Amino acid sequence: MPRPQRLSDATILLLLIAIVAVFSIVTPAGTFLSLSNAESILLTASQLLILSCGITFLLIAGGLDLSIGSITIFSAVVVAKVMGALAGTAAQAADFHYPNLGVAITVAIVCGLLVGAGWGAVNGLLAVKLRIPPFIATLATGGIVLGLASVWTNGQNVQNVPLPFQSSFGLGKLFEVIPWSIVIAAVVTAVFWVVLSKTRFGLHTYAMGANLEAARRAGVNVRRHMVLLYVGTGALCGIVAVLDVARFSTASITSHSGDALSAIAAVVIGGTSLFGGRGRISGTVVGALIPAVLQSGFVIMDVQPFWQNVAVGVVLLVAVYVDQVKIRAQERT
Amino acid sequence: MKDSADLAVRVRGVRKRYGHVEALRGVDLDIAPGEIHALLGDNGAGKSTLVKVLAGAVTPDEGTVEINGVPHRFTGPRDAQAAGIETVYQDLALAPTLPPDANLFLGREPARPGLLGRLGFVDRKAMRAEAATHLRQLNSKIQDLGAEVGSMSGGQKQAVAVARAAMWGSALIMMDEPTAALGVAQTESVLELIRRIRDEKGLPVLLISHNLPDVFRVADRCTVLRLGRRVLTARMSDVTSTDLIRAMTGADTLSPTGERAAEPR
Ligand SMILES: Nc1ncnc2c1ncn2[C@@H]1O[C@H](COP(=O)(O)OP(=O)(O)O)[C@@H](O)[C@H]1O
Ligand SMILES: [Mg+2]
Repeated sequence: MPRPQRLSDATILLLLIAIVAVFSIVTPAGTFLSLSNAESILLTASQLLILSCGITFLLIAGGLDLSIGSITIFSAVVVAKVMGALAGTAAQAADFHYPNLGVAITVAIVCGLLVGAGWGAVNGLLAVKLRIPPFIATLATGGIVLGLASVWTNGQNVQNVPLPFQSSFGLGKLFEVIPWSIVIAAVVTAVFWVVLSKTRFGLHTYAMGANLEAARRAGVNVRRHMVLLYVGTGALCGIVAVLDVARFSTASITSHSGDALSAIAAVVIGGTSLFGGRGRISGTVVGALIPAVLQSGFVIMDVQPFWQNVAVGVVLLVAVYVDQVKIRAQERT
Repeated sequence: MKDSADLAVRVRGVRKRYGHVEALRGVDLDIAPGEIHALLGDNGAGKSTLVKVLAGAVTPDEGTVEINGVPHRFTGPRDAQAAGIETVYQDLALAPTLPPDANLFLGREPARPGLLGRLGFVDRKAMRAEAATHLRQLNSKIQDLGAEVGSMSGGQKQAVAVARAAMWGSALIMMDEPTAALGVAQTESVLELIRRIRDEKGLPVLLISHNLPDVFRVADRCTVLRLGRRVLTARMSDVTSTDLIRAMTGADTLSPTGERAAEPR
């Protein structure tokens, strides 16, 4: 029997190419198929891609995280508040004068990552130590974390982010060409791809999702491994929070509430099994690009962009159906 | 009785109590180097518990275990593995979505040389090559080394699990009912695999089985347990199925070793 995984990777890549081809033909020349539109698509996809890398690992290992949107929001609030508080006094900020800008940005970023990782650790401990099913554990923490962020901010966006953070980093580009958001998403994706496909940690991630007891008996420290995956996913939320605050110069309470489901959809469309043990970062990249490509194409064609949701939902159903057919074929042997 | 240093495994007086149930009541076991030794007994006789003692999964209340003449006290499966004992459990403990090489090396993946290795990079090429060599040595019927183990037949899965044990074991391989779920042809190839472990690797194999014809075809000697005690150890050529069934059920009160068999309370 050939490796079914390869087939599904190829299928989903062909689907993406087909979508790009159709939009390229039906839109006026130089609109959809242009460098500036490619940049805007990648920018849209970059945050989803970063979160999806964490979800890929979790799903392969047999975990799940529904709280990533809430953790991202909470971390963004932390980043914005810390940066605003440390950069200078209110009077100085009113004059756009930030005496401690460097320190403020550094400390805020570190705090954002640590808080994200910290919430991830809470998820990990709930799922591993208390053995609460991750679906419920992270649904609950998602509610708690979002609730706390809303209470803290009175449900208002956090506004006092130093402007240079947005102008130089949020809107800035590497070599004046590639937006930082895309660069960071590319680096994160590369690191996660290497770890998953080349290292012992990656192999153990697959083994845990395939047969947790077998992995445990083979000497894999499955509890520590699973907690690490939740911590890593939480840290990725922290990274996205930093990018988000940089891009919009604010921490918004509503912006990321759909992220968990979008990321799970992207990862599953990319061929990762909901039942664990199977998946690839390359598939996740394609899965995370499809929504952004659809949205861009529909906007340019002047079709309501909400059709994107419909299309992604249909593709998700097909992907899950294919996954189940594979599992059943395997159980028959 | 042979000198203990000549034995691959020597178990003496092992007891294990679970609450009110005494699973092992001072059991003895001798396994010679390079022999296939069958462990027989009715349900509840204590076979699995004895295997778990040797695998380090169960710590006995009393008694001694010697491996190649060296006394051991296992407090966990890692201890038994370090002593060269590998076990194929009934559930096989395979990762179905991974290929055979990843299963053979699960938890013991070879590192890439140099800095990459220290960073946790795995040498997949070496894994695949060693797995192929090893499987060929055991003459296993696994052709596609890239296929997921989950997509393979029951016999092939069993072969992967047995090959893994043979790969890492250096003192004893244990198998709990390896052919219970298999058809005729697949049973045949697993029995052949067990013989090859003995002949190619020179390793002793402890085989739990309920299938007496299989035992007669593959085993060199056997031990029968009843109610947590050894009631018989014999060469397969010296006993008949009837002898073994008698020993297992207790119909025979005098065993060929001359010991008085335990009477049920
Ligand atoms: N973990 C356990 N807890 C309680 N009783 C057990 C446990 N394991 C085995 N036993 C009991 O010990 C006895 C021997 O069991 P076992 O070693 O599994 O026998 P066999 O494998 O020969 O069928 C049985 O009466 C069984 O119920
Ligand atoms: Mg048993």
